[in-house]
Amino acid sequence: MTDPFIRIDNVSKKFGTFQAVQDVSLTVAQGEIFSLLGGSGCGKTTLLRMLAGFEEPSAGQIFIDGQDMAGVPPWQRPVHMMFQSYALFPHMSVEKNVGYGLKHEDMTAAQRKARVAEMLELVQLTPYGHRKPHQISGGQRQRVALARALARQPKLLLLDEPLAALDKKLREHTQFELMSIQERTGVTFIVVTHDQEEAMTLSDRIAVMDKGRVKQVGAPTEVYEYPNSRFVAGFIGSITAFPAKVLAVEGDMATVLVAAFQGEVQARAVPGLSVGQEVTLAVRPEKLVISQVRPEGANVIAGQVKDLAYFGKDSLYRITLPSGELISVHSVNAGRSAGGRPDWDDQVYLSFAPAAAILLVE
Amino acid sequence: MRNRIAHWLQGRGFRDVIIGLPYVWLLLFFFIPFCLVLAISFGSRTPTAPPFGYGGDHPWISFVGYSRLLHDELYIRAFLVSLSNAATATVLCLLLGYPMSLALTRVSASWRNILLMLVILPFWTSFLLRVYAWMGLMGKNSWFNGLLTDAYNLLTPAGWHLSSIPMMHSNFAVVLVMVYTYLPFMILPLYANLERLDPVLDEAAMDLGSRPFRVFLDVTLPQSLPGIIAGAMLVFIPAAGELVIPTLVGDASSPMIGRVIADEFSSASDWPMAASVAIALLLLMVGPMMLYTHYQTKAEAGEEP
Ligand SMILES: Nc1ncnc2c1ncn2[C@@H]1O[C@H](COP(=O)(O)OP(=O)(O)OP(=O)(O)O)[C@@H](O)[C@H]1O
Ligand SMILES: [Mg+2]
Repeated sequence: MTDPFIRIDNVSKKFGTFQAVQDVSLTVAQGEIFSLLGGSGCGKTTLLRMLAGFEEPSAGQIFIDGQDMAGVPPWQRPVHMMFQSYALFPHMSVEKNVGYGLKHEDMTAAQRKARVAEMLELVQLTPYGHRKPHQISGGQRQRVALARALARQPKLLLLDEPLAALDKKLREHTQFELMSIQERTGVTFIVVTHDQEEAMTLSDRIAVMDKGRVKQVGAPTEVYEYPNSRFVAGFIGSITAFPAKVLAVEGDMATVLVAAFQGEVQARAVPGLSVGQEVTLAVRPEKLVISQVRPEGANVIAGQVKDLAYFGKDSLYRITLPSGELISVHSVNAGRSAGGRPDWDDQVYLSFAPAAAILLVE
Repeated sequence: MRNRIAHWLQGRGFRDVIIGLPYVWLLLFFFIPFCLVLAISFGSRTPTAPPFGYGGDHPWISFVGYSRLLHDELYIRAFLVSLSNAATATVLCLLLGYPMSLALTRVSASWRNILLMLVILPFWTSFLLRVYAWMGLMGKNSWFNGLLTDAYNLLTPAGWHLSSIPMMHSNFAVVLVMVYTYLPFMILPLYANLERLDPVLDEAAMDLGSRPFRVFLDVTLPQSLPGIIAGAMLVFIPAAGELVIPTLVGDASSPMIGRVIADEFSSASDWPMAASVAIALLLLMVGPMMLYTHYQTKAEAGEEP
């Protein structure tokens, strides 16, 4: 087996007695877009700074391209970082900013100039080369920062919340731009974000972090459809969770008793389930089917519409269960007329496929 | 009544007063005295009191002061000595003050406050007292002079040995005391400037392959230029016109310009001459400052050369 491009082995970081990163192990493949996703203060930036060399791990090792990074100063690492605040040099023009790292390359002045021009072209900023950072817009500054980080052809690019300062529309546009730039350059990206949608759109794989630990690593569909803990399920997408008790396990199907539903439910089993175990049953709003006549089959719950929000292309319902608890249902408005759609206080039935329900042990 | 005051406070009147105050101050305490001195510089020396006049036996406008300024070697020498002493003191203050200011930004907040206190602490004792203290230190029999003499004798061949270093009454002494006196004026604006710089920029430069010293040259130094210039002006301008320090520790045979002005005013009682020297000194100081401001505004407007 070939060594992964980046290997983080049991890395921890302590600030005084505070454990900012705890025992993180990850591998990232060459050319991958890898996201670190987590709430504020969970240690994403700290992990990134250890990769860039600004912080030494308190424990554990980091390998980049097979080389142990312990004791290697930032200026010798084949890693460039795009900072959360962009960190453009305010006293240098856009061109000088982009060309700054090239000073250390063995290049002629003409080659350097060509490279800067090429980078500006890549981020579509050719006409702005002579301006100072304070004379361009926030989105343009972000692209200058990207061009500067890419100019020296790093093996690994670290992006700390690259899109956080942009408005929604520009952010969506830039996401695709980032992906296409990554495709063209083939550089490995590690992107820090606390925006789960951004992580889903951008990444090949996502690591979900909480309180300094990595909770789950996987492709976007994997962490969305098969979360391994309540934290991950709740952090990525929305979810309604209920306590449940395992009644039986048969192959990859489990029958659980859900007090809130006042009935039994079939769900896909996860490894390590035992009869009698207390677990959590989680359902995503869009996996529930709402209807006014009772459907055939298992996993049907009766309820009453408490609230409904109409968004045009879809609607969000809040349904009161017999137990009094609330559950959210997201339903696409396929038909045009309002008739046939449940209304306030209507009696309704919710159903879901056994594979759509998630059983969480943790 | 209350309403009217509130209305006035929010209206243009209040704004005009706020903007106008510095101008009134400058008019009263800079522009009018400047005009008086300028007028005196074109007067003629008379035995009256005050000792200058216009018309009568004398021309209405006399250029005697300015012409002597250009032709008498004494004044030219005094200007050169002043400028060279002030420039040396400024450069030394910068070389000493820059690392200190940089260090101030890198230490913990509690240390920073203590160190800043120490920088300002000398101001709490009389300036004259501190100059007298230096006179004592530089004197032939002081431990300070003895220490320097020993070091000097250690480094030089036997034939060059001295019993003490003649420090007093020299430009060396003037520069030394000026550096000591004016160092806080270099440190404080430099510190204020360096403290505002974003440390993330240093990390960005390091990340792009620069070693720490390179980072200093490329990122810290250019961004601290306004602080350097502010500090340099705060040291250079008063140092060039300094009167007390050269009078007390300086070489009386080659006086600095402040001493010349004082002498012309008092012992020679040649007010027009003194005023001419003062005006010349002012022009010499204001010229570079205006040039700097001009280029500064241009740079801020972002015009690339
Ligand atoms: N130099 C430091 N000294 C002490 N504590 C620190 C230091 N740097 C970070 N921390 C702490 O470590 C934790 C993780 O910080 P980090 O910057 O990695 O968070 P983050 O996941 O990037 O958060 P955000 O999304 O808000 O940027 C935080 O609780 C922070 O207070
Ligand atoms: Mg962060």
